[in-house]
Amino acid sequence: MLDVNRLNAGEEHFRKLLIRGLAGDEPAYHEFLQELSTHLRSFLQKRLASLPDEVEDLVQESLLAIHNQRHTYDAKQPVTAWIHAIAKYKLIDLLRRRERRDLLTDSLDDDASQFELASTANAEAASDARRDLSKLLEQLPDGQRLPIVHMKLEGLSVAETARLTGMSESAVKVGVHRGLKAMAALIRSDT
Amino acid sequence: MRTDDWVTLLATGAGAVEPHQAARRFAIAIGWGVLGATLLMLALLGPRPDLAAATLLPMFLVKIVFVTSFAVASLFISLRLSKPGLHLAWLPGALLAPVAAIWLLAAVMLTQAAPVQRSAMFFGDTWNSCPFLIALLSAPVFVAVVWAMKGLAPTRLRLAGAAAGLLSGAVGTMVYSLHCPEMGAPFIGFWYLLGMLIPTTAGILFGPRLLRW
Repeated sequence: MLDVNRLNAGEEHFRKLLIRGLAGDEPAYHEFLQELSTHLRSFLQKRLASLPDEVEDLVQESLLAIHNQRHTYDAKQPVTAWIHAIAKYKLIDLLRRRERRDLLTDSLDDDASQFELASTANAEAASDARRDLSKLLEQLPDGQRLPIVHMKLEGLSVAETARLTGMSESAVKVGVHRGLKAMAALIRSDT
Repeated sequence: MRTDDWVTLLATGAGAVEPHQAARRFAIAIGWGVLGATLLMLALLGPRPDLAAATLLPMFLVKIVFVTSFAVASLFISLRLSKPGLHLAWLPGALLAPVAAIWLLAAVMLTQAAPVQRSAMFFGDTWNSCPFLIALLSAPVFVAVVWAMKGLAPTRLRLAGAAAGLLSGAVGTMVYSLHCPEMGAPFIGFWYLLGMLIPTTAGILFGPRLLRW
């Protein structure tokens, strides 16, 4: 009983933060995402026990997916149900991709372990590089990269970014939106 | 990159989100879909010549009510499947209700008819083209509905594809019924349903590939 109450209180708190965030309250949205990352980490750790190295990558990918799809939250629905559905979708997606890759690389397993070691090191380096924001940004066209750099990294407003880049305000917004989607696709395609 | 930095990046300048985007996207999709299907129907088939008189017949009304209630139920199912974590609850029942009703009516009509008439009631004059023409008219609706879903976040892709197929099949059938001369419940309960199941099958097959995000 006590547990249920505590769970409900947590859900309610979470929900309020998200709803305020969706209405444009940026500090509330920031707090929501921060608590969300903790929540996602424990949620995914349990389900990805066999691949502990992948957890943090998947936390970040799920955060991006939840951010990109935040317009699909239905205010009448429990936040946790919505979050878990997205996280599970990303988890299954990751497992499928790994399965496919394992099938492709199966034939190499008999090769020298030296080679395997080298390729693991490469994979780790690639994974770090992939998560390196500047490398990700470099791959975006100007119309998406500049709005993200000015608005998301330097914290400028839409109007300031528009003035600085000579783009219209709606083009700036579209650029950020498309850029984040493109980054989600880039993260996924490289894994 | 550290997750905390990632969070800050996402939150900075996030801004407000417009509400009711799912409903708006579906409204746009169905608007364009109906337009496409209607143009296709007018160009290839034409409305039935006695359309004005036919709208006064009770069986025409039954046909429209059957197809429309099917479309509305599949619209709500599609909407819910486009958002993560929503349950369908009683909605599949709302889909089965019009089918059960038209089958009941068909059974009554068939049992009351003379045995020699029964096959004519079931096959009508157009059984061999009806399902394919329905599938053809539902194609533009299907494209539009998939567009609507892609801008949202379906997580059960095969099911969502099936729902998109059902919805486009039902909307395509609404437009087709303005051309179709058939009025018998046995015909509608089988051949219309078969036509709607063609895009549904396409949705089941291609949903995972079309709707991935």
